[in-house]
Amino acid sequence: MSTLAVEASDLGRRFGRRWSLARVELAVPQGHRLLIVGANGSGKTTLVRTVATLWAPSRGTLRIFGLDPVKQRFQARQQLALLSHQPGLYEDLSGTENLALTLRMQGRRDLDAIPGLLDAVQLDARPDPVRTYSAGMRKRLAFARLLAQRPRLALIDEPYGQLDPAGFELVDGLLDRLHADGVTTLVASHLVGRAAQRADEALLLEEGQVRWQGPAGDVTRAWKALHGTDS
Amino acid sequence: MSPLPLQAQLLAVLRKDLLVEWRGRSRAIGVVIYALILLLLLSFAIGPDTRALQAHAAGYIWLTVLTASTLLLAQSFTNEVEGGALEALLLLPTSPVALYYGKALANFGVLFGLSIATVAFGVVLCDLSLDGSPWTLLLVLALGCGGLAAPGTLYAGLTVRTGAQQLMLPLLMFPLVVPSLLAAVKATALCFEPDVMGQLGSWLGVLAAFNAVYWALCGVLFIKVVDE
Repeated sequence: MSTLAVEASDLGRRFGRRWSLARVELAVPQGHRLLIVGANGSGKTTLVRTVATLWAPSRGTLRIFGLDPVKQRFQARQQLALLSHQPGLYEDLSGTENLALTLRMQGRRDLDAIPGLLDAVQLDARPDPVRTYSAGMRKRLAFARLLAQRPRLALIDEPYGQLDPAGFELVDGLLDRLHADGVTTLVASHLVGRAAQRADEALLLEEGQVRWQGPAGDVTRAWKALHGTDS
Repeated sequence: MSPLPLQAQLLAVLRKDLLVEWRGRSRAIGVVIYALILLLLLSFAIGPDTRALQAHAAGYIWLTVLTASTLLLAQSFTNEVEGGALEALLLLPTSPVALYYGKALANFGVLFGLSIATVAFGVVLCDLSLDGSPWTLLLVLALGCGGLAAPGTLYAGLTVRTGAQQLMLPLLMFPLVVPSLLAAVKATALCFEPDVMGQLGSWLGVLAAFNAVYWALCGVLFIKVVDE
């Protein structure tokens, strides 16, 4: 098994004639926290979704814990969990039922873990369907699903999106918890300063290409040098 | 973590789909009412001639079920793509084969319920009387619905992201189901009239054969549908 959680070489993803991602080189060790930043349309989500095996690379190579995400897609997916812009929840089911589905699909019978998962994201076990939840509550529930998956690699696209200030604190705590559990994290965020506090390394994307890569503590300076404004 | 066996994943998907259908049962009830109104309109088009109604009842019943089935099948995948639930399910990870058969079986169950309601209404509307065992009629309905659910689930999955599913689903599905639909109409008609030539068994055989082909082939093709 590879010591790298994510390894990419000359990684590119094309939609039609447009390259959304090009010549990306990545080597993320296990347990590492990588922050991906960039302006809108810079390729952050494309990178996250490509690593999540949802989109096959158009060129280059990608390995997730040494696994080919196309030929060994099912095995690669067993290692990871994705929190994307969309919550990925069944609107007609309750929060508890959504989490129960996640556990069942993994062959787990410990449905008594659900209250703990809901507690972790500060949600009550409400019987009403997710359709009645606010956007912030859906985000929290999606985070609970990610925890329920017990991934080795967590891919988190805009973790602070749709959340209130209390939610920001909650996400900080959850990111710390994932790190303490040894989970490798790839976080794409617009809240550069905040997210950088919980990252080891950062990657700055522009027009699908890596413009800067270095310690997370230096990313705000790199952003300013590139864009001429604060992040 | 070792992957969950295929049949256990299939059952989990089936259970989830039936629960989603139950929670959104007002939608299914709406489709049943739509089907009954459609059958009523078809009978109005024929007029008060009971013999003509009885002669064509099986055809009307299956055309009604077919038309209403597109609404139910489309809805089953609308539930999946709403909020990115399908994507999240596949990443758990879920086998596309388990996903297909779980969804197709749930769709079959809902369609079977719809067909029973439609036939019951058709019996009253067209003054039909059963000539034979009700179990034979249920078998015909089950095989007829199976012949719709298997390809319908495949095409509903294929068309859900096209942005024109209500148009594309019947366009793709209707030509494919013509043989099994024809067999279902013939077999249903023979349940309500004397089978003097002993043809019912043959039509049931045709239905069973098409079911076998649809259920085997569509499961394989569905892997490509969710591949990317």
